[in-house]
Amino acid sequence: MAKTIFEKHTTGRKGYTLPQNDVELKLDDCIPQKFQRQQELKMPEVSELDVMRHFMELSNMNHCIEKGFYPLGSCTMKYNPKLHETLVRNCGFTNIHPLQPEETVQGALEIIYELQKDLAEISGFATVTLQPVAGAQGEFTGLKIMQAYHEKKGNNHKNKIIMPDSAHGTNPASASLVGYNTVEIKSDSKGRVDLKALKELVDDDVAGFMLTNPNTLGLFETQFKEIAEIIHDVDGLMYLDGANFNALLGVVKPGKIGFDIMHFNLHKTFSTPHGGGGPGSGPVGVVEKLLPFIPYPMANLKNDKFFLDYSNCETSIGKVHSFFGNFGVFVRAYIYLKMLGEVGLRRVSENAIINANYLLAKLKDYYYVPYPSYCMHEFVASGKWQKEKHEIRTMDIAKRLLDKGFHAPTVYFPLIVSEALMIEPTETESLETLDLFIRAMIEIAEESKNEPETVKSAPVNTPVKRVDDVKAARELDVRFEW
Amino acid sequence: MPYISNTDRERQKMLQEIGVKSFEDLIANIPDQFRKTATLNLQKPYSEWEISNKISRLAARNISTCRVNSFLGGGIYDHYIPAAVDHVILRPEFHSSYTPYQAEVSQGTLQYIYEFQSLICDLTGMEIANASMYDGATATAEAILMSVRKNKRKKAVIAGTINPSYLQVIRAFVCGIGIELVIVPAKDGLIDYEELARLVDEETACVVLQTPNFLGNIEDPFRVEEIAHKIKNLMFILAVDPISLALLNAPVEYNADIVVGEGQALGNGQFYGGPLLGFFATRMSLARIMPGRIAGGTVDKDGNRAYALTLQAREQHIRREKATSNICSNQSLCALAATVYMCLMGKAGLTEVARQSTTKAHYLANEIVKLPGYELLNDAPFFKEFAIKTPVKPGVIIEKLLSENIFAGIDLEPFGYKQAMLVAVTEKKSRTMLDEFVRSLKEVNNG
Repeated sequence: MAKTIFEKHTTGRKGYTLPQNDVELKLDDCIPQKFQRQQELKMPEVSELDVMRHFMELSNMNHCIEKGFYPLGSCTMKYNPKLHETLVRNCGFTNIHPLQPEETVQGALEIIYELQKDLAEISGFATVTLQPVAGAQGEFTGLKIMQAYHEKKGNNHKNKIIMPDSAHGTNPASASLVGYNTVEIKSDSKGRVDLKALKELVDDDVAGFMLTNPNTLGLFETQFKEIAEIIHDVDGLMYLDGANFNALLGVVKPGKIGFDIMHFNLHKTFSTPHGGGGPGSGPVGVVEKLLPFIPYPMANLKNDKFFLDYSNCETSIGKVHSFFGNFGVFVRAYIYLKMLGEVGLRRVSENAIINANYLLAKLKDYYYVPYPSYCMHEFVASGKWQKEKHEIRTMDIAKRLLDKGFHAPTVYFPLIVSEALMIEPTETESLETLDLFIRAMIEIAEESKNEPETVKSAPVNTPVKRVDDVKAARELDVRFEW
Repeated sequence: MPYISNTDRERQKMLQEIGVKSFEDLIANIPDQFRKTATLNLQKPYSEWEISNKISRLAARNISTCRVNSFLGGGIYDHYIPAAVDHVILRPEFHSSYTPYQAEVSQGTLQYIYEFQSLICDLTGMEIANASMYDGATATAEAILMSVRKNKRKKAVIAGTINPSYLQVIRAFVCGIGIELVIVPAKDGLIDYEELARLVDEETACVVLQTPNFLGNIEDPFRVEEIAHKIKNLMFILAVDPISLALLNAPVEYNADIVVGEGQALGNGQFYGGPLLGFFATRMSLARIMPGRIAGGTVDKDGNRAYALTLQAREQHIRREKATSNICSNQSLCALAATVYMCLMGKAGLTEVARQSTTKAHYLANEIVKLPGYELLNDAPFFKEFAIKTPVKPGVIIEKLLSENIFAGIDLEPFGYKQAMLVAVTEKKSRTMLDEFVRSLKEVNNG
């Protein structure tokens, strides 16, 4: 295991150079003694080479897309083009300040404007705000917009959000954050929203419905129109969690088929890197009637000049970020969209769906699949057979996959499938990779039968063996003391 | 097709193996009425070379702070970023990896988060920090929500000297959930201590102070703390500039309960205001009501040192509607950049960055007030940023200096300060650059 950077400290070592200070002023002339730091500042002192070796050592312990396959359901771990990284590092992007005069950031505003427009075109919404910086913040923003809409109409009593029991955890958490109560609706035997139960649940207190479509089982919610009618009948709004939008590019436009609000995940569908957990970007699209409520400012165009448009600031929900969102992420998504165009985007969804169905077809004899119809871009299998017959848990299967050079699928989610293994291959993976993954999964199914201990004691080929997360929570060690 | 590996032949073969004739068969259950609207009116695809050209042209339409002498701050600062930072964050193992839920193949990410948390604790003197928040503004809003979770009160008292963009975000977070925001007016560039004492009561969940504040002034957190902590269980929340902490009191010295801030200045570019890096630190006793991810040290099956995400029972993927926050993706890669930056700079480097920023800012302020018509907006102490009264409208100065390749500062008029401008200085400014700015300001007045 790698030492921490603190253990590599040698007093007096330097990893930086700075210009000589050519201003002759003493600290005491600048900052009153009372406000000067008393506690000793502890920072590691290391050379640049020490730093590089340290972080290379750490990086070697990580899986990443360039190393191998990431079949993580609902995460859309597609390949991130290298071009994006080269182009975004232009100092015309890295070194522009958010409060510069507008005439000095026309290129940046054009990118924001164009991306707003292209995302609106792809999703069928009237407009798209890019300000939310992550999917969950997109949900929060969308729900705030929903709330503002109801308030405007005098429907302050609306305080319920309905969502399926297969919803992402962020959905109920975001609902709570805006002060809405979550009402869960059961999925039917086909893995879709139970319409009968929905009709019984809906009343005038319903503010909206949050739907993931395709849902987290990888199934298209075919009764979607009926759901929308039921919700719209009580003046509720339909929210689409766009985590699974990779299945819908050029297939359907959510804004044209009855959804009122939707968030995107640029770090999923539009190929911006996950970065080990962000920065992401969670733009939100809305239909015409919700325009007054979206966060300000939007990028807009008048007389060939781009500008920041604050015109809705009286009615808007306000701001959800210090400035305009994760601009650095927009540049990457913009390049991606321009490179793919209509044909390319269609091909993304088609191949994502074909790849998922191929895996499903090849794995369903080895793993229980609760909803075995054709899937969209992902599907949910289960370790149920392995558990019942060989006392192998899904977590064991996941860890054994790590031994074989693959990242694990999303496990134990959605909650409605026991021992869930949620698998999303994305369109960028090749047939050979999929075949290798299939072989590994079949091997694990065989091992579960013939040598269950091998599976239970996995992983053994990883930088560390199975990590004790119970101890991590019981004996909190969250900072290095030195 | 860019970035898609499979050929049409492979695609056909796969469809065959699946047992369908065409792609359309796989989505036959989507009603036609939904499908017919899905044509996409987009530009024709660019090649790599064409888009590179287009992007270079767009970037050239932005005037970057590499090309001009910039004095813009207001929360985003142009500190120097050592080259090694980018080389580390561009490693695919950091760049394209997923959130470290599978600990055995994510030890690199988990360990740097652990080191980031440790460094934030060292800077602030606090006991526990999380893996990052979206930005300083949302971190502050989350701190307010946490204080409400802690003491179940519904009033947040906020210094009117806080960055206005923070206040806008805070409003969006708390309105609609029954939390009352009370803004303490400013007096001479600082929070009005008497007003504060009057506004804080038994119903108060928290007092929020920023130091250095929006105007760059150093508040007296000792005095505010005394007022705030007179009320039992009241949470004293501080928003701070991490660079300043190399020289200014560590928040633990004035007994802060929650410390947040904008970490962009630590090794992250300006990027037109995003991605940014919120940090969040508090007392160990409050760990279980914190928002955000936390990495913790533990062992693996063989007893070797290892790391894992911990206290996950607070988070949305486990606790759902009862989670402490909805945050999932945060700003991990920006936290890595900050970690690498702090390691490279070390104690001496960070202190020197802070010292140069503050001494150069003071030199500049001293020179500006010698000019006729200019004076400091107030007498309060400041760190690396200060507000000046200007002889003409700041808009005039900003426009005039732009033609001389200077970004003069932020016009404070929209923020309620008439004929005033906010000027920020970092270690990147040489005395020549400062003098050039002063000369140009002087000429504005003459003109």
